[in-house]
Amino acid sequence: METVAEITPPRTHYLNATYGVKSWLLTTDHKRIALLYLASVTFFFFLGGLFAAGIRIELLTPQGDFVQAETYNRMFTMHGVVMIFLFLIPAIPAVLGNFLVPLMIGARDLAFPRINLLSWYIYTVGALFAVLAILFGGVDTGWTFYTPYSSTYSNGNVILTGLGVFVVGFSSILTGLNFIVTIHTMRAPGLTWFRLPLFIWAHYATSLIMILGTPVIAVTILLLALERLAHVGIFDPALGGDPVLFQHLFWFYSHPAVYIMVLPAMGVISELIANMSRKRIFGYKFVAFASLAIAAFGFLVWGHHMFVSTQSVYAGMVFSFLSYAVAIPSAVKVFNWTATLYKGSISYDTPMLYAFGFIGFFIIGGMTGLFLAALGVDVHVHDTYFVVAHFHYIMVGGTIMGYLGGLHYWWPKITGRLYSEAWARFAALVIFVGFNLTFFPQFLLGYMGMPRRYYAYPPEFQVLNVMSSAGASILGVGYLIPVIYLIWSMRYGPHAPANPWGAAGLEWRTSSPPPTLNFEQVPVVTWEAYEFGDPSENAESRMENRG
Amino acid sequence: MAESHITTHAGLAHHFDDIEQQREAGTLGMWAFLVTEVMFFGGLFLAYILYRSKYPVEFAVASNSLNVTMGFINTLVLICSSLTMALAVYCSQIGKRRPLIVFLLLTMALGTTFLVIKGVEYHEKFVEHHIPVRFPTYEFKWEGHATEGVPVHGESSASVDSGRIEMFFFIYFAMTGVHALHMIIGLGILTTLVLMARRGRFTPEYHSPVELSGLYWHFVDIVWIFLFPLLYLVGAHLH
Ligand SMILES: [Cu+2]
Repeated sequence: METVAEITPPRTHYLNATYGVKSWLLTTDHKRIALLYLASVTFFFFLGGLFAAGIRIELLTPQGDFVQAETYNRMFTMHGVVMIFLFLIPAIPAVLGNFLVPLMIGARDLAFPRINLLSWYIYTVGALFAVLAILFGGVDTGWTFYTPYSSTYSNGNVILTGLGVFVVGFSSILTGLNFIVTIHTMRAPGLTWFRLPLFIWAHYATSLIMILGTPVIAVTILLLALERLAHVGIFDPALGGDPVLFQHLFWFYSHPAVYIMVLPAMGVISELIANMSRKRIFGYKFVAFASLAIAAFGFLVWGHHMFVSTQSVYAGMVFSFLSYAVAIPSAVKVFNWTATLYKGSISYDTPMLYAFGFIGFFIIGGMTGLFLAALGVDVHVHDTYFVVAHFHYIMVGGTIMGYLGGLHYWWPKITGRLYSEAWARFAALVIFVGFNLTFFPQFLLGYMGMPRRYYAYPPEFQVLNVMSSAGASILGVGYLIPVIYLIWSMRYGPHAPANPWGAAGLEWRTSSPPPTLNFEQVPVVTWEAYEFGDPSENAESRMENRG
Repeated sequence: MAESHITTHAGLAHHFDDIEQQREAGTLGMWAFLVTEVMFFGGLFLAYILYRSKYPVEFAVASNSLNVTMGFINTLVLICSSLTMALAVYCSQIGKRRPLIVFLLLTMALGTTFLVIKGVEYHEKFVEHHIPVRFPTYEFKWEGHATEGVPVHGESSASVDSGRIEMFFFIYFAMTGVHALHMIIGLGILTTLVLMARRGRFTPEYHSPVELSGLYWHFVDIVWIFLFPLLYLVGAHLH
């Protein structure tokens, strides 16, 4: 029998099992669907990046000279819509989650493979609506679509963009549904809940938010579109409606949506930290339950977006308190990650650099979140660049660090090839520096009072804005480098062994790339997660044939 | 070989171990889906509750103009359709093909009846200019019929604001419209089931499509059970 550790690629695997465009567009293999998603979200990441570039060019100078004010409004709106709904939300679950959930639990596929493919098509259709909206001139409401501006006054393509968000939401719901059912019903024999990798716990918690929150944004956008079409108000105060109802419904989804972005990243980081320091994660159950706690608390804090929107003071106090409470499970995770590092045998390969980057960004973004959860401070910095910097550190910095860290870590598994470690480390460093240079000055700008969403500003803010724009160009270069060496590695990279990192986890116990049905023999799990016991103990002795 | 475990059962997908695991996955999937449906309708119910408590008089008056008889008949129709659906599920469990098809067709007939009655109601509203839109060719109008001189909680009907009445109809059409859409999707599912049943696809071992569609159908019925009193009966105490 062939040993899994040999660096001979398997003769047939999921990438070469069938050929042709049709075999990809009609595939039900979760691994291929993950790659379809990878291509889509990468495209939209760079599209969203283009809009960001426009914003940063405009903000180089205090005057509005690069674009018109109206164009600027459309640019930051499309930047937000594309990045949030078409990149950040699907990125980790639909790409890494899709690829890894069945592999990590020893299943042949997700529970509903055809629904999984359907979710990619739904995503594509929704994304097309958004692209059409952009081609017709975009939308200027901000990604939050606040009423009554969006429902009555805006002359942008609100309905088309809303339709895009509405449709894409269903792909998110179907992904979450698929994960929940798969994790419940398709775990390999012996793989109990507390033997699951924390990546799975994180995706389970994310899926709960996806199926509970997304329908609410769907119905909200439906009402918004109806109001705009029929010119009848349920959100427009001029027609007897209540614009704050829109804000409640919108943030009931959109605050938890932040956890749809960052919880999967936390799952990735747990894998990276444990495997790259070759230690069982410190306080496994705490980290696992922290994911569920974040998902649960995440639904109870939406009011912190409405401290200044006529919400009652008492509601504000409760929401403020609950927002602080979310910091507890978040901090539990950070403490447990750092405690895991203690006396670990730490590798400083690329994925670990991203993990360190994540912890840094998450701490800065999380701590400034506490400032914003405080009622008094929030009134001061509300709708300033302080908020912009805060949520970019958490949602963007956090999610992208997790996404890129995970993509590098599992790249050998996904493609069967190794990338250039030197270039990868260099890119990780460039991204870290570029990100901090882009967004740290924005904390200062916001604290000094620069409001968000303005295309001109007083001259005294220029130095910090130029720094931010300089950081953004470094960041852009940093994002392009991985595209080049990762694509290069797909063709020219050396073949990867089944387990290049010496990691624990079922996904490393099958060939790289895996066969279409994931495992030659269905594994029977008799060990705990992240068990780095005796390294001489071969994986094979633990593999049994179930059939 | 990885395929060696696969039994010969026609309904078993390649990635499940056995029919039992597949059934379990399907059931959990449908329940999770129904949870998303609850959240979806939940947004509409929230809007309803908010505006009903804000504008109680207008909501009572507008509700009073709905056709309670038709709403009541529709409620009965849907309850009966739930019964025939449950009987269809039972027939699929014990493997009775002919009665299964009959009950599925009966359920479809009742579902269609519901939609026809709903359509008649919508038409009535259209004629009365109670559809809440503002187009150049068609506008919402409220002439205050069915409210003459009836005091609501001590307030006279003179204080009724037609914009708020319009709000009621907006919510009425949003809720019943989304519900009707679910009924139409349900009819599509039932059609597929009838075709599958005619080809003899269901056996006592494999009938989860019927069971899961049953769950969906009952859910859609239950939504109506909530919609009927909330929308139609609010104005009943005006009489
Ligand atoms: Cu929030």
